[in-house]
Amino acid sequence: MITLGDILTLSAILFALAVAGIFLNRKNVILLLMCVELLLLAANFNFIAFSRMLGNLTGQVFVFFVLTVAAAESAIGLAILVVLFRERRSINVEDMNTLKG
Amino acid sequence: MSESMMTLHSLGPAVPEIYLAGAICLVLLFEAFVGVKRPGATGTLALLVLAVGAGLTVAFADVTHRVVLFDGAYVADPLAFVLKLAGFLSVAVALLYSRAYLRNREILKGEYYVLALTALLGIFVLISANSLLTVYLGVELLALSVYSMVAFDRESGVAAEAAMKYFVLGALASGILLYGMSIVYGLTGTLNLDRIAAAVSAPDSLGVVLAVTFIVVAVAFKLGAVPFHMWLPDVYEGAPTSVTLFIGTAPKIAYFALVLRLLAHGLAGASVDWTRMLMPIAVLSLVVGNVVAIAQTNIKRMLAYSTISHVGFIVLGFVAGTASGYAAALYYTLVYVLVSLGSFGVVLLASRKGFEADQLSDYKGLYRRDPLLALAMAMLMFSFAGVPPFVGFWAKLRIIQVLWESSHLWLVIIAVIMSVVGAFYYLRVVKLMYFDDAPQTLPPTERSVGVRFALGINAAAVLVLGVLPAPLLDLCARVIH
Repeated sequence: MITLGDILTLSAILFALAVAGIFLNRKNVILLLMCVELLLLAANFNFIAFSRMLGNLTGQVFVFFVLTVAAAESAIGLAILVVLFRERRSINVEDMNTLKG
Repeated sequence: MSESMMTLHSLGPAVPEIYLAGAICLVLLFEAFVGVKRPGATGTLALLVLAVGAGLTVAFADVTHRVVLFDGAYVADPLAFVLKLAGFLSVAVALLYSRAYLRNREILKGEYYVLALTALLGIFVLISANSLLTVYLGVELLALSVYSMVAFDRESGVAAEAAMKYFVLGALASGILLYGMSIVYGLTGTLNLDRIAAAVSAPDSLGVVLAVTFIVVAVAFKLGAVPFHMWLPDVYEGAPTSVTLFIGTAPKIAYFALVLRLLAHGLAGASVDWTRMLMPIAVLSLVVGNVVAIAQTNIKRMLAYSTISHVGFIVLGFVAGTASGYAAALYYTLVYVLVSLGSFGVVLLASRKGFEADQLSDYKGLYRRDPLLALAMAMLMFSFAGVPPFVGFWAKLRIIQVLWESSHLWLVIIAVIMSVVGAFYYLRVVKLMYFDDAPQTLPPTERSVGVRFALGINAAAVLVLGVLPAPLLDLCARVIH
């Protein structure tokens, strides 16, 4: 039997993986975009788990909205990536160093 | 709300959003058929849309009481009315200032205006949010529009890099916000902020503390408060100056509303927790923002660090945790937006094609080249520094007063010391303009009469509101009640 605690643990692990991926990754910008998706998925897991536990559909409706926004977000992220690649001929995170930050 | 009550008339309070969503489609179509042939026409239409929108907002506003619509997801109250008018005004002024800049660089395209309007729609949704879902949608609509605006100059590699950094960190912040929201939902079983406010009353429950932590981190990211400020200087420097002007102004109004709706209203029961978390964030923002700004040679970067320090002041208003503290934060936000519009406006007017005017040394001897522009910049810098009789003084004073009233003595001391440190780099700009000679002949400043007139009004407003601060202060106190 899968309990609420199991699902919350899974989503916490996904969340931690995504944040670690964003900060530790030094190679590829596409990996950053994948980590962002993972982050949203972790939150979605939480919403669905709570929605089931509470027997209330609002959380699942929220997830539909999040999925839509996530699609728009990756579209914009990839568009920025294309602009960046055209200028730099590289999608390496370490090459993004013109601005000291 | 039952089906029969959902008449057309009951949608009246939501007119600003409904109108703006329709107008955006219109501007998009106009750009596709007319704007491509006549560059600049879309910009005029966008300004017209904003003027009509402000008029409709005033006409349909029910400013006396709080109206809740769409099954509790949307709220129209006096605060939302004031913030929406401020949003219309600041976006209109930002678009007006950026026109010459965009034309000189041959990037005067309709997309810029459409994205500015969708960002404004996001701001409005956030201002009127009364449910976690509307908060999230508002944050994302605003953020996605602004990411694309930063990358809007496709020839600029720096802008693309800034956009990528902004996107990744902004998306991280949204993810953290969403995670915090999911915990709030799990604890209360509702998305409605009124019902959440009624349910969250145990400040020491572990779940509430966890949710508040996630939400505070996300809000600090969005505001650009230390230690979550890494993106802000890079984005301000890398983005085209017209976009820097945009993201430095109207979105701040929205993020003020985000803190107010989500923390001060929805999670009011846990205010002990979030004021304790906001306190170090505010202090660090004041210290890091003001000290690092001194070391900058790029004026956009300097203004970015100055933004961080002003965000620190706004957060201090929330740290007080009282209605008068929120009113002081609202006043500070409005004043900050006004002064910020003017100072980035000067940077836009001083720049020409091939000359960005983004180095501090570019302002040497500005008084000789353009006395009026130098005067406007000096007034704005004095206001940022908090020198009376300019409006920035009252904003700082009000924050310090509410901190004093809520007996945060050491916060008062830090705020005063950091204001003095901040005065140094603002006054340095004045010194460069008035007492230094330009090293070589710099290109002349923008001469278009309309924009200069608008900037003059903007600078005059800083002085007039400083001499007569009472009406705006009263308004802020009244809408927060």
